[in-house]
Amino acid sequence: MTLELSHFTAAVLFSVFASVVFGITQRSTSRDQIRYGLYCFALFVGGVFLAGWVMWILRH
Amino acid sequence: MANSSKTTPAEAPVATVPASPSMSVIAPAVAWLIPGAGHLVQKRWIRGLLIMASITIMFVLGLLMQGRVYQPNGGDILDILGFVGDVGAGGLYIVTRVQGWGHGAIAHATADYGTKFLIVAGLLNFICAADAYHIAIGKKP
Repeated sequence: MTLELSHFTAAVLFSVFASVVFGITQRSTSRDQIRYGLYCFALFVGGVFLAGWVMWILRH
Repeated sequence: MANSSKTTPAEAPVATVPASPSMSVIAPAVAWLIPGAGHLVQKRWIRGLLIMASITIMFVLGLLMQGRVYQPNGGDILDILGFVGDVGAGGLYIVTRVQGWGHGAIAHATADYGTKFLIVAGLLNFICAADAYHIAIGKKP
């Protein structure tokens, strides 16, 4: 069985799982863990869009 | 007088009672072998299950994307670091090697994502093992 994800799907899945682990391990209380996990996820996905636009600008 | 010394539950200090000394060895070891188990043995059920699901799914996705599974090597520095990352997944990596799953070389373009998924799953598991240790010594609630 082979899985061929698009670049964006792979990046979002990566962001979700990494953010969950970062949230749990880098903060102590449940509230802070959720907030930090969401913060990391936003940075990951924001970074994806930013990198995408930078590559588009470089190409044009 | 009595009201001045009263504290609300939110202000109360968080209890960080260290577990038994042996737990500081067992927890990170088990956490490395089975992702999330280091938290589960210390009764952090939700955290443990979330970690287990995240790392396991990430590792399996890496395999399904035909990512490269690194083997012990003494060659290129990136290959050595790739192996260090992969071996962080503990039992998942051992089972993968025993069963002969994964690929030695990247077969198509998106398989490179799979390689990264495998490595990062292992590296995240190292962080989780360290977190389990901090819980065991009472440094973290």
